[in-house]
Amino acid sequence: MVESKHKWKAWLYLAPAIVLLLIFTVWPIINTLRIAFLDGYNMLGEVGGETYSFGIKNFTDVLDEYSGFKEALVNTLLLTVLTVPLSTFLALLIAVCLNSIKPLQRFLQTVFFLPYVTNSIAIGMVFEAMFNIIGLSPDAVTAESWGIINNILGLFGADPVNWINLNSSYWANMTVMVIYIVWNALPFKILILLGGLQSINKQYYDAAKVDSTPRARVFTKITVPLLSPMLAYVVITGFIGGFKEYSSIVGIFGDDMKAVGTDHSLNTMVGYIYDALGSNEGRASAAALILFVIIFVVTMINLYVSKKKTHY
Amino acid sequence: MTNQVTLQEKNLQTVSAKQRVVKIIVQVLLYTFLGVMALIIVFPFYWMIISSLKSTVEYRLPVPTLFPREIMWGNYVEAFSAANLGRLFINTVIVGVVSTLLSLVITILSAFAFARLEFKGKNALFAALLATMMIPGELFTITNYITVNNFGWIDTYTVLIVPFLVSIFYIYLLRQNFMQIPNELYLAAKVDGTGDFKYLCKVMIPLSLPTLISITILKMMGAWNSYVWPRLVTKSEEMRLITNGLRDAFTDMSGQANIPVQMAAVAVVSFPLFLVFIFLRKYIMKGVSRSGIKG
Repeated sequence: MVESKHKWKAWLYLAPAIVLLLIFTVWPIINTLRIAFLDGYNMLGEVGGETYSFGIKNFTDVLDEYSGFKEALVNTLLLTVLTVPLSTFLALLIAVCLNSIKPLQRFLQTVFFLPYVTNSIAIGMVFEAMFNIIGLSPDAVTAESWGIINNILGLFGADPVNWINLNSSYWANMTVMVIYIVWNALPFKILILLGGLQSINKQYYDAAKVDSTPRARVFTKITVPLLSPMLAYVVITGFIGGFKEYSSIVGIFGDDMKAVGTDHSLNTMVGYIYDALGSNEGRASAAALILFVIIFVVTMINLYVSKKKTHY
Repeated sequence: MTNQVTLQEKNLQTVSAKQRVVKIIVQVLLYTFLGVMALIIVFPFYWMIISSLKSTVEYRLPVPTLFPREIMWGNYVEAFSAANLGRLFINTVIVGVVSTLLSLVITILSAFAFARLEFKGKNALFAALLATMMIPGELFTITNYITVNNFGWIDTYTVLIVPFLVSIFYIYLLRQNFMQIPNELYLAAKVDGTGDFKYLCKVMIPLSLPTLISITILKMMGAWNSYVWPRLVTKSEEMRLITNGLRDAFTDMSGQANIPVQMAAVAVVSFPLFLVFIFLRKYIMKGVSRSGIKG
């Protein structure tokens, strides 16, 4: 054949990608594994000729009580466990409602996609401004302006809450992060779920109509099972994204990862890895490997569960 | 007899009337729910824009105004100087354009090799590349950070561009598109003595334009939204990208910060994304629904 003479040509086309992948993808996999097991590895130290012994000290350091990893792990787990079900449920509800209306459907679909095309740091700063209290007195009794969110809640008779300011509580901070992350996660999930709903064969619904099946039953017996591959996809990507949460928190709280004048850290696992970079790459690598294992295990569990429950 | 029929008809009529009422109630509920949710989705954008146009005095009123009494365009001028947005904007455009162009070339060449050319170990190599997509990016970042330090690339445009030029996801996306182009076209071109490269440029690229546009938009948005990597590998403020400037310029959380100026800066950064959203939404949605990759 014509092409058999020029087999080397394919490698010519691949050359630029292969060279870059070797340096920035393949080597990192090997090297990160290597330095995770070199006790106390530090980049500058290695350049200076220091040698490190092989061991698991980086891992024990990460898991040490004072390294801050435990807090980061708890924050990340909490954020994931709270935001994934909430955003999936809301997205499903919105997608089902969107799918059952005719006028304005396209317009609303566009509106719901809006948060996707945003900068998560920039809009995080808008959320910061909305929850911010201006001129809060030290005893937290009076303020110049309680902020728009507290004002809106006040219309329903609620007392103002110190969401993110001086001496705000851990759960208040958490609530703000959950609201922002859910708001941010909705568009992608709605897009996927609505696409799934629109591809369900109308005949199933017609059959249900003939049997005059109640709406709730149609939903649980037809819609959810036929949508289950998309639901599984949305949940799995949601979990992966949740474990890698970082920039939305930087958007609201800045890269200190804590509300001003509070002691509780809002750091996440990814934040922990970046904090260790530049001073202790061994520890950063160990934490990154732990993160990888967690994501891998959770994804496998998700796949296993969805394989049992999903109808393809 | 006749009496019975009319009774039945009456029953039917009441049933259908009942159904109609239920249907209307359901529709009202649907639209109310969607309307409220849509308001929640849009509200932050609305708040960003009106806050960016208020004076500090007006912004600090105990009862907030829903529309600025006096429109302060000056906030935008101040935002540009406070966050050094002009310089960072130029940086971001340079990094975005150069990395998009180079990335497109690399992606096209490798997708073509995987889609059309025959070579030993093609499928194994492609599968191995796809497998690396499961690994969280942070794992690569650590060693890449060390590598670029050793290369002496800190504080250059190179460091912001080169490490992310190859995206396996883009190669995958384009390869799928290339594979859909019928093989007959390729064989016909071979018979005519058209070379591979000419065939790629004249036939495959024009036929895959929508995918290439999707890739371009996602890549540009990636540069526009990148925060972590530039912060790691740049020491001087002048070499950072726009999102860094935005966050770093406004870290005063004492409650005394000039929020209208801050919101003006946020609006400036968000505005190009809105334009992309309005005009190129369909390409983004297409790329997104196949990936789940943000930016």
